[in-house]
Amino acid sequence: MPRLRNPSAARAPAKPVTLLIATRKGLWTLRSDAARRSFKLAGPQFLGHILNHAVVDPRDPKTWLVAARTGHLGPTVFRSTDRGRTWKEATKPPAFADASGRTVKHTFWLAPAHASEPGAWYAGTSPQGLFRSEDGGATWNPVQGFNEHPRRKEWCGGDQDGTPDGPTVHSILVDPRDARHLYISMSGGGTFESTDAGGDWRPLNAGVRLDFGPDPYPEFGQDPHCVRFAAGNPDRLYQQNHCGLFRLDRAKGRWDDMGTGMPKAVGHVGFPMVVHPRDPDTLWIFPMDGTDVWPRTAPGGKPAVFRSQDGGKTWRRQAEGMPKSQAWWTVKRQAMTADARDPAGLYLGTTSGEIWGSRDEGRTWRCLARHLPHIYSVEVA
Amino acid sequence: MSGSASHETAAVVRVRVPSPLRSYTGGDADVAVAVPLLAPESPPTLAAVLAALDGAYPGIRFRMIDERGQVRPHIKLFVGDTAVRDPETRVANGAVVMIVAALSGG
Repeated sequence: MPRLRNPSAARAPAKPVTLLIATRKGLWTLRSDAARRSFKLAGPQFLGHILNHAVVDPRDPKTWLVAARTGHLGPTVFRSTDRGRTWKEATKPPAFADASGRTVKHTFWLAPAHASEPGAWYAGTSPQGLFRSEDGGATWNPVQGFNEHPRRKEWCGGDQDGTPDGPTVHSILVDPRDARHLYISMSGGGTFESTDAGGDWRPLNAGVRLDFGPDPYPEFGQDPHCVRFAAGNPDRLYQQNHCGLFRLDRAKGRWDDMGTGMPKAVGHVGFPMVVHPRDPDTLWIFPMDGTDVWPRTAPGGKPAVFRSQDGGKTWRRQAEGMPKSQAWWTVKRQAMTADARDPAGLYLGTTSGEIWGSRDEGRTWRCLARHLPHIYSVEVA
Repeated sequence: MSGSASHETAAVVRVRVPSPLRSYTGGDADVAVAVPLLAPESPPTLAAVLAALDGAYPGIRFRMIDERGQVRPHIKLFVGDTAVRDPETRVANGAVVMIVAALSGG
């Protein structure tokens, strides 16, 4: 079958790429030359702050947002409108409504709202909450349709449940055709959909396996790690889950297991999910060890990305340039991304503070920066 | 030092600010805030002191007090020599409130 390409998708011109690197100890940027051969590291900013996410506004690339906290201090959001030169703190950071009895521990995920809503943003938090800003991230209000949904506790469990760093709302997706059509995913809880701008939600997990509970295919309760739209096709979603890899074609209405083509020795567990900027059938994952006590490191200490060019049916290992042994990398769900150049560049950051990049869609890799703190997110500016 | 209310209508409270919060105070480790008095014989509460502090240095309160009004886990507050967590604790005119940022781990 010929590969589908989306000819209308933007192909970034051959100009330098800037990466925003959010770490447990601050923010760095890594800027390439036009050929993406040399990279220059700059920073830190927010030294000592725990930054879970740093993102650029695609509607206004001068605007950057970071989700910040420190070991001592409560969570907040900082905004820059001059590409990171100066920052202002949100005057009203994400916080649950007074009567909720809940406390935001950290903002985990930042996502720009629809292209038709300049200045509007969504934030996902731990414990699981959804927030929206209408003013470029200066003030945030709870999306009560989710936070106070009568089934939220049933879907999510208690605020103490969930992943080791706390249960999170992540993978906030806005349908590019409809600003009111939203998806969120939760660890744990599963993937949920709203068609009324967050007023009401419904689970969207049919076909997603859950191998750690009594019911292998429950309506909700799964642990998605990262969910992305296929390039140019918001009717297809790709999911890296705690229990494998899944693909949803909305017309079919049920997620398909797309992990069966992965080598058994590698498995199908990981955290990031990266899609090609133009080809809806091409995606990358970074498998990690989900056996035994879940080391969450490169299987066998041999890091590699795996690429599929047929929508997840088959996968091919890509590791040229990466260490061949004794490299026990962990890559978090926000710490792997692609640029929009042709060929696309790929970038990943490890919890051991290294940035690795490929400028040929994963064929060859090299280390672009090392000795950074624990990396939480890598995003292209 | 912030505030200019007279002592008849306000208590002046000194606040010692730990380094993680000094980005809000322009680097000052020791600030004074004027806290409005509802009645001359009734000292302000710790909650009122923190509200006045936030009025002078916007954003500082939320970093140490959560949306439920609870002191965040790694923040300790002292009024004089006494550790307190109750926001209704009374703070006398001239008292010192010390904010301690403690034991957050690596």
